[in-house]
Amino acid sequence: MRLSGGLLDRSSRVDFTFDGHAYQGFGGDTLASALMAGGVRLMGRSFKYHRPRGVMTAGSEEPNALVQIDRGSGRAAQTTPNVRATMQEIYPGLSARSQNRFPSLAYDFAGINDLLSPFLSAGFYYKTFMWPRGLWEKLYEPLIRRAAGLGALSGRTDEDPYEKAWAFCDVLVIGAGPAGLAAALAAGRAGADVILADEDTRPGGRLLSERLEVGGRSGADWAASTVAELDALPNVRIMTRTTVTGAYDGGTYGALERVALHLADPRGRPRECFWRIVAKRAVLAAGALERPIAFADNDRPGVMLAGALRSYLNRYAASPGARAVIFANNDGARQTAADLRAAGLEVTALLDVRPDAADDPGAPTFAGAQVTGTEGRHGLTKVRFRHQGRLHEVVADVLAVSGGWNPSVHLTCHMGGRPVWDPALAAFLPAPGAVPGLSVCGAAAGRFSTAACLTDGAEKGAEAAQALGFRPKAAEIPQAEDGAYAIRPFWLVEGKRRAWLDFANDVTAKDVKLAAQENFASVEHMKRYTTQGMAPDQGKNSNVTALAVLADATGRGIDATGTTTFRPPYTPVSIAALGAGARAKGFAPERFTTSHAAAAERGAPMIEAGLWYRPSYFPRPGEATWRAACDREVGYVRAAVGICDVSTLGKIDIQGPDAGAFLDFVYANTFSTLKPGRVRYGLMLREDGHVMDDGTTACLAEGHYLMTTTTAAAGAVMRHLEFVRQALRPELDVQFISVTEQWAQFAVAGPKSRDLLNTLLDAPVDGTAFAFMACGEISVQGVAGRLFRISFSGEHAYEIAVPARYGNALYRDLVARAEAMGGGAYGMEALNVLRIEKGLITHAEIHGRVTAGDIGMGRMISAKKDCIGKAAAQRPGLTGEREQLVGLKPVQPKHELGAGAHLFAPGTKADRVNAQGYVTSVCWSPTLHTNLGLGFLLDGRARIGKRVRLVDHLRGLDVLCEVTDPVFFDKEGGRARA
Amino acid sequence: MRITCPHCGARDRREFYYLGAEDYLHRPAEDAAPAAWDAYLHLRDNPAGATRDLWYHEQGCGAWLLVTRNTVTHEILGVRAVDGEATE
Amino acid sequence: MPSLITTSALQGLVPVRHGALALTDATPARITSVAPFKGREADVAQALKPLGLRFAAPNQVVEAAAGRCVWTGPGQAFLIDADPAPLTGLAALTDQSDGWVGLRLSGPGAEDALARLIPIDLRPQVFGAGSAARAPVGHMLSVVMRAPEGIEMLLFRSMARAAVHEIGVAMAALAARQQA
Repeated sequence: MRLSGGLLDRSSRVDFTFDGHAYQGFGGDTLASALMAGGVRLMGRSFKYHRPRGVMTAGSEEPNALVQIDRGSGRAAQTTPNVRATMQEIYPGLSARSQNRFPSLAYDFAGINDLLSPFLSAGFYYKTFMWPRGLWEKLYEPLIRRAAGLGALSGRTDEDPYEKAWAFCDVLVIGAGPAGLAAALAAGRAGADVILADEDTRPGGRLLSERLEVGGRSGADWAASTVAELDALPNVRIMTRTTVTGAYDGGTYGALERVALHLADPRGRPRECFWRIVAKRAVLAAGALERPIAFADNDRPGVMLAGALRSYLNRYAASPGARAVIFANNDGARQTAADLRAAGLEVTALLDVRPDAADDPGAPTFAGAQVTGTEGRHGLTKVRFRHQGRLHEVVADVLAVSGGWNPSVHLTCHMGGRPVWDPALAAFLPAPGAVPGLSVCGAAAGRFSTAACLTDGAEKGAEAAQALGFRPKAAEIPQAEDGAYAIRPFWLVEGKRRAWLDFANDVTAKDVKLAAQENFASVEHMKRYTTQGMAPDQGKNSNVTALAVLADATGRGIDATGTTTFRPPYTPVSIAALGAGARAKGFAPERFTTSHAAAAERGAPMIEAGLWYRPSYFPRPGEATWRAACDREVGYVRAAVGICDVSTLGKIDIQGPDAGAFLDFVYANTFSTLKPGRVRYGLMLREDGHVMDDGTTACLAEGHYLMTTTTAAAGAVMRHLEFVRQALRPELDVQFISVTEQWAQFAVAGPKSRDLLNTLLDAPVDGTAFAFMACGEISVQGVAGRLFRISFSGEHAYEIAVPARYGNALYRDLVARAEAMGGGAYGMEALNVLRIEKGLITHAEIHGRVTAGDIGMGRMISAKKDCIGKAAAQRPGLTGEREQLVGLKPVQPKHELGAGAHLFAPGTKADRVNAQGYVTSVCWSPTLHTNLGLGFLLDGRARIGKRVRLVDHLRGLDVLCEVTDPVFFDKEGGRARA
Repeated sequence: MRITCPHCGARDRREFYYLGAEDYLHRPAEDAAPAAWDAYLHLRDNPAGATRDLWYHEQGCGAWLLVTRNTVTHEILGVRAVDGEATE
Repeated sequence: MPSLITTSALQGLVPVRHGALALTDATPARITSVAPFKGREADVAQALKPLGLRFAAPNQVVEAAAGRCVWTGPGQAFLIDADPAPLTGLAALTDQSDGWVGLRLSGPGAEDALARLIPIDLRPQVFGAGSAARAPVGHMLSVVMRAPEGIEMLLFRSMARAAVHEIGVAMAALAARQQA
């Protein structure tokens, strides 16, 4: 029912629906408060037993009122499951549905589970459905999964925006209740950069929910004026709707901001933002969470926490009923009774478990009473209790329960801290120093009165600022209530019927006792056996009570029983928020060459090479397959001239008096002897003796080299070179920097390559003077560039480089000239065929497990100098009989080969034991009119001319091949030198 | 986790590439016994407590760093560039 | 003699505007990486003096009429706009003019937009005039500089499109939050 008063904006009426029915609320309402005001008590069905459930809390810890929120329509329809109705603000048009019920919330077929409960106790699935074994995966598990559960996902990609962001501050204050506000004020006034984060929609914490005064004003007024002062400080940033979810190393905190979840039309706003807040100091003022007392049928709608009821009465002007019973073990019960009366509601009984409890002036008080049961199918109608040995029954639709308060120690556990049991408060307190740089104040530290929160907050805020060199002034603490926290530990009313502990996971006191009885007596074992504390609320409402019950069952104290720990996140964080920015291409930035647009215009499909996009082939009208295009492009290079963008290869500019010595150390072969104007192929090893990368290095001038790496290994090689320079050879005077991005570089390959260049270059290339493996500076239409006579195709070829701004123009020009000469652009497929025909390796071959010897380059490791990988390359295991690079030619040329296939001696069974090698690269060679392969074969070089079976069980290949030299075409290399 | 780069200051761990133990700094001579190379390449301690390992500020300044940290508490005890400058 | 035309990697990509924020082309006319050879640091400093510049200390950008010098790593800086000829022989000089695009984000809240992508504190009190940093923009390596009219970033030329897209998304999200 709706009451008068509260902190609602009565001028803004908000219409929304729940399970298709229309409701109204006001600005400031949560879904829970608006439904409650609209007379709805039944808001959900429980996880396992499908018990009718109503709202139990007024915060993020809500275990029962979990709903599904729909948004969008048609194809864009989206739905978010397991939204806590207590956290969802209503907005015009909000559409919420109940979950885990069929066909409706009030009539749920699976409510039968409740009657089957004797068979569904803790660990039932280990016992009940074990036989026959084969049925577990096929039948039992799917059935259980369907019956148990919460909301459902839409099954569609969530296209709405989410974001991640960083924030930095001197002092992060977590929680904006009285302690947090005081802390932020103290640190902010001292001049520290403060972030004050609170998960509520407005700062104030319990001040918004209690009828109490601070400094002669209402708590809510004091909070509002304090927020106004903080807002006016330029060094303070207030983040509402922001839950700090985790504490991590180095003063980093995770926080989830609900940016647009409360808006009917977000208009481009991200739904949520996941913050990483880096704070030099932090003050945890997260308050405390009230805990229930377990008794028979304590889960009916209408049974709720007393503090939550006060929130609904005082802040939201809502009540789940008109006649209330209060059941408590602490003095908070008196405040609840007073608030109920102030709201014009009836308190039919105040049940205080303490036999010495004083009579409340306004309510029938039963000292030493205990609730023994409740009634009401879809909502509470009656409460039964025992008092002085007699059973009583009262009519009630609200039962407000308080078993005391648990300080919100969660964040102090995130780095391994174990909370400490305080018997006087009957609660766990944060372990001191559990998170470096974080202090705890107010109720989170077990200081429960408003005055204590204000004082403690101001102190901790000032201390944090002072530790950072600020000079806080002594703060004036406003007058506020300073009552003592009087509590008698009381957890469970013993009885035969089920008494719920973990409402969200349907764990009862009986389950915990059963766990103890079956020797799952450690708190960690009990947790896993019963699933206690493993629901979306992560045991916030139940863990302490559950381990108190376990402690009783095992005869140990709570202290000795210990507690399970809390891990991040404090509240659920959507995967969409955690993954924000990484969706689709966001995960890996795209790199485009200067020729990208030209290639795309020609319809070239792109292939990813690391982050780069390179053209696979350039289709022509009439070509049915990629192979047709590829064969044509190979023909360009073998017969005329082809153009290919090779800018993606790593290029590293190396300079300095010791550059040669440095290269000698990182390459297996020698470079210090390379003369200016010459290029040499280099093989780079890892220190463990395997091949790391290969490429050419040009000597541009004395002490000035240009190294190329493969596209894939460019980053790794740079890292490696930096390691060698900084860590291993700091005495060398050598400098290097990547110039991959600086130069657009194109292969001009084929017998007509020189002719083409000579139509283009400002000064012609002389074939004899500019011999194979020469390099030099050139001028292209007035632009200074570089020319390298190197070949990855085996043909007479060049690579021409110009500053990247000219890449687009030069590429188009080169391709046009090539086409006029019977050639044209070629892509990665043709490049691959060309190099396989020549037996040239890529990372398909140097895949990390091969040595220089394996690829026939063992003699490149210079004996005259040390180099990375030299010593290890000589160790046993890397020498002797190994799989060696060979060529493979099918006996029937048309038989296709498959990369990844394994090699076997003819006549042996094609199984793991007999495998003698594998295939790394295959192609159809339009030049040689046969399929070809490269692979590694045990003792392969000695087997050239012999035959092997190539078997690929996955693709169903079984092909007899001839073992050949890896170089299939122009073995003497005359074409490249021509 | 944050690592204080001697050049760039405190940075998030995501900016750094992790290589492994400090041992990689102590490269044996070319003609050292195979056992020395084996130890250099493959044998590692796994201490509960202080450990020293190599990180590369790959998304920052490109410095290779020797980080001393506690594997139990995650505390970073010191950082220095392998070729010199130290912080903390 | 025909001549090759130039193509900007940012062609058609900028400016991008969302709310009060603008992302514009700030690609320098010239960039040269300068890495002094061993023992030549003082000579390099001497040679920079007539330009009104000095070799930038870590996390610094130095500005003069001739251009800027920004720290890019231990023993390395980028000389921006200025002619590197006076440094010949004193340092490894490498032309980087075509390797990077420059993007400038200006307008109130530029730091907040970049907080979506750059994991360092860019607020003016921390990253003020003369500040520079090597830091990632999303997954992209960058040189980040405080400039008189906002924050400038040098990014790989090949990543220009990805960079503009990602910064644009951050700008749009911030602008959406700021609307009434």
